[in-house]
Amino acid sequence: MNTQRRQALKSGGALGLFGVLVAAGLVTAEEARAAGWDKPAFDAKTMDDALKALGAGKPGESSDIMLNAPDIAENGAVVPVGVKSSLPGTEFIAILIEKNPSMLAASFTLPDGTPGDISTRVKMGQTSSVYALVKADGKYFMVSKEIKVTLGGCGG
Amino acid sequence: MAGPMRIRAASNGTETEVKVLMSHEMETGQRKDPSGALIPAHHITELTATHNGRVVLSGQFGPAVSKNPYLQFRFKGGAKGDKVTVSWVDNKGDKRSDEVVVS
Amino acid sequence: MKSRKYAVCLGVSALALMVPTLPALADATSDGIAHYRELLAEGNPAELWEMRGEELWREARGPKKATLEQCDLGQGAGVVKGAFVTLPRYFADTKRVQDLESRLLTCMETLQGIPAAEVAATPFGKGEQENIEALVAWISAESRGMQFNVPTSHPEEKRMYEVGKRAFHFRGGPHDFGCVTCHGDDGKRIRLQDLPNLTQPADAARGFGAWPAYRVSSGELWSMQRRLNDCFRQQRFPYPLYGSDVTIALSTYLGVTANGAGESIAPAIKR
Ligand code: HEC
Repeated sequence: MNTQRRQALKSGGALGLFGVLVAAGLVTAEEARAAGWDKPAFDAKTMDDALKALGAGKPGESSDIMLNAPDIAENGAVVPVGVKSSLPGTEFIAILIEKNPSMLAASFTLPDGTPGDISTRVKMGQTSSVYALVKADGKYFMVSKEIKVTLGGCGG
Repeated sequence: MAGPMRIRAASNGTETEVKVLMSHEMETGQRKDPSGALIPAHHITELTATHNGRVVLSGQFGPAVSKNPYLQFRFKGGAKGDKVTVSWVDNKGDKRSDEVVVS
Repeated sequence: MKSRKYAVCLGVSALALMVPTLPALADATSDGIAHYRELLAEGNPAELWEMRGEELWREARGPKKATLEQCDLGQGAGVVKGAFVTLPRYFADTKRVQDLESRLLTCMETLQGIPAAEVAATPFGKGEQENIEALVAWISAESRGMQFNVPTSHPEEKRMYEVGKRAFHFRGGPHDFGCVTCHGDDGKRIRLQDLPNLTQPADAARGFGAWPAYRVSSGELWSMQRRLNDCFRQQRFPYPLYGSDVTIALSTYLGVTANGAGESIAPAIKR
């Protein structure tokens, strides 16, 4: 028995079938791409639509989520954003930017054994609130922070 | 086409910290070229990280993730010598997979 | 379109140079930006160029199908570690003072048979220029944390330093700008950009010693020449030719000024 494949299949619940199948080499990335990428969520233009597409309804507040980002970004092309959730059972993290053309920037699914602690970099067209949406133990929570974007000087 | 990723994976005995730099344009689809024509969107859509074959993170990116994306996360377990693999696909079907040994 | 943006920029730069920023406001902003830069320092995409550069050094390429492993960057054939912080320097084989980029052109031509003039004429970020950008990223990274020690013992090196110093202080163009206009005093800034006083050792080490760098605004790796070209543009001067003496002279002046005053952090990450 192929233990690697079995392990991969076992964690299927949290991952979405296609991600797992790709990892196990059972389907091609193209097949997964068609089915896997959450287009409705990434296309959503308002917070309500994005939350609805993500199945998050009306998320609660939580002091167990930290959004680590600068108050000011010198360049909106690269804004560091880190999300740390100490909520037990953190299984999903999404980063949303209110004033971007589409709000959802990135989402992550965390299997058991992967703590809620993720950092990445996003683009911001202008000063805006940035939201971290966390799903833990089946419930959604959200925190936000305003990040100022300066256009910087000239050159480049 | 796309260049290799830079992956670092370091174990502290109980957890492994993974840092990934991906080489990708992450074109938004909102910019215009000098002739005024819209440059089509070209961005990573999905990525998966595995540790010795087990998925430890899966992610979805929209065009708002920065060019040459950076990603940092941790997972429990992992020992020196283990393998961590990161794979991505983009909206044009390009894909890339790179592997690193945990240090 | 492009020229309109240029005109707006011009107004801003000239104005900002004359109007001092409110200190309190500027400090809070500076703190915020310092935090931003700190967060960015981790995971600098320049590493992607470093990886590629190391491969390119060892890859048999060009009409002669040779690697660059016999390239002499001033520390002996094939020695890369520590080379970056001692450039520009005089090379007996070419009888010229050369910076890293012009020296790479020499090695690519003599070892690999890739015509230097063609590479020099290639736009930044394209073809062989992209390869040079990867090479300078890796080569500079191999001197990370080392102090600048740019030599002035050879008469040609002394001469280049003096030429560079004069070029730095030369004013001209529609605004009567020189490098010294923007980089000759402490505490100057254009909008939020602190302008290093490149006539002072510590600032020269910080400012000169950061390039090549990953440029966040364009998502590309900029070589020193590209950095300087952008300053020539801000000065409304025509671009110097790639690998030309004025660039090398300016780098010699900045490098010698930086000697012993700070560690090289290139390739850094910059706005
Ligand atoms: C009109 C003002 C102006 C002039 C004139 C000018 N520069 Fe600059 N220079 C800048 C600005 C602004 C920056 C910061 C760039 C940025 O953040 O976009 C800079 C950055 C630099 C840096 C990098 C500093 C760092 O900390 O990264 C160097 C080196 C430099 N200039 C050299 C020169 C040289 C040499 C000349 C003359 C050929 C020159 N500059 C002329 C405005 C100018």
